[in-house]
Amino acid sequence: MILISEQQLPSIVKRLAHQILETYPGLNNAVIVGLQPRGVYLSDRIVAALTQELAPEQVLYGKLDITFFRDDIRRELHLATQTHLPFSIEGKTVILIDDVLFTGRTIRAALDALLSFGRPSKVALCVLVDRKPSRELPIQPDFSGKEMDTLTPQKVKVRWKENDGVDDVVLLAE
Amino acid sequence: MALSTKHLLGIKDLNNEDIQLILSTAGQFKEVLQRPVKKVPTLRDVNIVNLFYENSTRTRISFELAEKRLSADVVNFTVSSSSAAKGETLLDTVNNILSMKVDMVVMRHSASGAPHFLAKHIDAAIINAGDGINEHPTQALLDAFSMVEKFGSLKGLKVAIIGDIMHSRVALSNIYLLKKMGAEIMVAGPPTLIPTYLQAAMDVKVEYNIDKALAWCDVANVLRIQLERQNQPLFSSLREYNLAYGITMERLNKLKSEIVIMHPGPINRGVEMDSEVADSKHAIILDQVENGVAVRMACLYLLTGRTNPA
Repeated sequence: MILISEQQLPSIVKRLAHQILETYPGLNNAVIVGLQPRGVYLSDRIVAALTQELAPEQVLYGKLDITFFRDDIRRELHLATQTHLPFSIEGKTVILIDDVLFTGRTIRAALDALLSFGRPSKVALCVLVDRKPSRELPIQPDFSGKEMDTLTPQKVKVRWKENDGVDDVVLLAE
Repeated sequence: MALSTKHLLGIKDLNNEDIQLILSTAGQFKEVLQRPVKKVPTLRDVNIVNLFYENSTRTRISFELAEKRLSADVVNFTVSSSSAAKGETLLDTVNNILSMKVDMVVMRHSASGAPHFLAKHIDAAIINAGDGINEHPTQALLDAFSMVEKFGSLKGLKVAIIGDIMHSRVALSNIYLLKKMGAEIMVAGPPTLIPTYLQAAMDVKVEYNIDKALAWCDVANVLRIQLERQNQPLFSSLREYNLAYGITMERLNKLKSEIVIMHPGPINRGVEMDSEVADSKHAIILDQVENGVAVRMACLYLLTGRTNPA
């Protein structure tokens, strides 16, 4: 079952980019951080949309891997991917971007991970899909593409051209 | 995905995927070590005992730093100040420590096979920090990481290991690892310090002429001459060793192209290597030390997934 079609997804990406610009004009004192490994596909596209509106030096973009800040190390081993934050976040607004907001534990880990790099003045969250009823921690997005209002046991799969040949979001039958 | 082994006892037990996994994870930890806050909470509730029956400052400090940067709790056990002096057996010592619910053991011992013996009898994960003249796997891994950092890949790389090969667990672990990763290996040194069976057993080149070895290789891993051995009939004197086998700027300047110089430390300046060389741009010795912490963090992290859930 399709949650976001390949026709809808680009419009949602554009809308999210514009919402970010509306709230943080010129991305003044703000930086974009995509969460590894899956949030970066979304942040790549949002940053592409932002660079159409702004000068390249106004868009500061980095990627953050949160594997070492997870709270489930004893249960499952995860492999870390690249972290690259080539700028200071001290005193800045950090706009975190991830694909699906589910329990909120990844974002909790991301907030801890950001503290290794400095003290941001503010952290905002942008996601493509908000699985609101499944939240386990008090964490909410500032910008979201689509909100799900029911608890569903099905897995939300975000597909990207780079891996699956298409940009869309589907619900997988269990 | 995880390591194929429960312990890290030697390079012998690792397959290529394991080695790649450790090296790529070490790369991620190296990035962590460049951050303003170099600590991650990953091993927050893990207790590790550093069980060092043999003296070692740098390896123990490197492990201790790695453990602390992962937020693990560390207990150091050094033999001189312990009940081993009162005659307690290895197994008893470890079982006592484990009864205090320690999760991992990092062990260095003068007897080859000591960590393997331990692995048969205890549940905790064990990392071998050097056993007799058998292996020193984390040293070989950090050497490999440093070489990959410099050259991009180990495949086809010409590596000369120079010095006291006979008594060196560093040499042996390096040979096992480099063989698995497709490097070309040469051991070089005086004939008295190179085992005769090595060439056939491990398919490595043997060279008794240091200038030929340096001309052949891309990177020279220079081993320490143990000063205790100067009174054994293995070489005539330290001065003569330096004349015949020492890495000097003179020797390096004669080469057609630049080579990279490595050393596991500690260096006997003026014996196996001159100060000028150790401090030159050819040497990546301090990078090896920096990489050692990242590589050990990777080993600790990858073995922890095996511990029992709290």
